[in-house]
Amino acid sequence: MSIFTRGFSGRGRDDNPALPPGQYLTEDFPVLSAGPTPNVDTDHWEFTITTESGAVHKWNWEQLMALPSEDIHTDIHCVTRWSKLGTTWRGVSLDTLFAEVETEYDYVMEHSYGGYTTNLPYEDIRDGKAWIAHTFEGEPLDPEHGGPARMLVPHLYFWKSAKWIHGLTMMKDDDPGFWEQNGYHAYGDPWQEQRYW
Amino acid sequence: MGTVSSTHAETPSGRSLWIELPDWPGNIAGQHVDVRLTAPDGYQATRSYSLASSGSAARVQLAVDRLPDGEVSPYLVDDLQPGDMLEVRGPLGGWFVWKEEQTQPVQLIAGGSGVVPLVAMIRAHAASGSTAPMQLLYSVRTPEDRFFADELSALENVTYAYTRSGPTDARIGRLTKEHLASAVLPPGAAVYVCGPTGFVEAVASWLVELGHDAASVKTERFGGA
Ligand SMILES: Cc1cc2nc3c(=O)[nH]c(=O)nc-3n(C[C@H](O)[C@H](O)[C@H](O)COP(=O)(O)OP(=O)(O)OC[C@H]3O[C@@H](n4cnc5c(N)ncnc54)[C@H](O)[C@@H]3O)c2cc1C
Repeated sequence: MSIFTRGFSGRGRDDNPALPPGQYLTEDFPVLSAGPTPNVDTDHWEFTITTESGAVHKWNWEQLMALPSEDIHTDIHCVTRWSKLGTTWRGVSLDTLFAEVETEYDYVMEHSYGGYTTNLPYEDIRDGKAWIAHTFEGEPLDPEHGGPARMLVPHLYFWKSAKWIHGLTMMKDDDPGFWEQNGYHAYGDPWQEQRYW
Repeated sequence: MGTVSSTHAETPSGRSLWIELPDWPGNIAGQHVDVRLTAPDGYQATRSYSLASSGSAARVQLAVDRLPDGEVSPYLVDDLQPGDMLEVRGPLGGWFVWKEEQTQPVQLIAGGSGVVPLVAMIRAHAASGSTAPMQLLYSVRTPEDRFFADELSALENVTYAYTRSGPTDARIGRLTKEHLASAVLPPGAAVYVCGPTGFVEAVASWLVELGHDAASVKTERFGGA
């Protein structure tokens, strides 16, 4: 139960059905990361998918760009309470990248340049729900926002969309990633307000 | 649910608030809370604020800077009064924290109100009797804009970088990589950087260029450009 805050009227009423509970609209693109922004150059960029058999599927930047990219129009929701509606990205679908990958495992750990990790269920990156994004609003993705390429999993809070993506490792169990060990929710559904623990 | 017990003007645009929280479980230096305001029609706005206090006391301190076109910060700085109730959730965040078991030297770097969680670390460090060196570099517009000015003036290990105006013998202007290099501990220190996003981005990338290991630089971005 909440009580009224004496003397507070608030500014906008974002009675916007696109806005999950507890979120407010922003026109900016704020930044949430735990440390410095790594400088990742596309000449040395590499993305891998590693499975339980030890098989490593690898792409360099040229190989990624040679795959079909899609336009993605989506809303994004950050756990620090801002949401940005109607953003446009370009990226390669994880369905394309997983086409040749064989795995029985149900969970995935995302690994970033810079060492950060985040976990999520495999089904959350299948069937047109996740991409390796390299373009934001028609421009190459800024390093500050995860460039040259980041995960884009927009149906979950945005920390699940790891910046500076380097690889995915299949996992048998839902082991916690970096943010999850530091108090963030294991799954992170913005519509359920799964922010912390 | 908390009750505001006292407020204190810190700067022309900011003040600190003490809040009584009967069920507070205690917090680690560096953590934050979410503050939720509710309007008469049920409309709610929530923002995060760092704790300047730490430990088990059932009273916490926040310090808030007013953003002129902001929704929540002007209310907290101008309207809230002692005796008012405030909905506070936390403690939150387990990453941007300093614990007394840490033995390596610590460099704190603040921009503006980003000093708040770093003051919690300075206080926790002093209270614990830790022998790990700890020093603060505080970038702020003018001397009048310093939060916790009296408390910090009494300490030796604090240096200031004034961006607008300051004492005649001080270097005035935005922090540069060279100034940073001369004012902070060398690589090997645990570094905490907190403030507006643009400030944190600039400082953290300079630290890496100066040889600091990215894994030893922890950042907290308050928002803004
Ligand atoms: C973990 C965390 C801890 C924080 N701790 C503190 C604290 O101890 N003290 C404190 O004063 N603030 C702190 N903040 C910032 C605080 O949460 C709010 O963002 C800030 O008070 C502005 O809220 P508002 O409703 O007044 O402005 P809004 O109505 O949200 O924003 C108004 C305008 O200002 C811009 N803006 C938002 N935040 C900032 C910013 N920090 N600097 C510059 N421009 C901004 C917005 O993009 C918008 O254009 C913290 C933020 C985080 C994420």
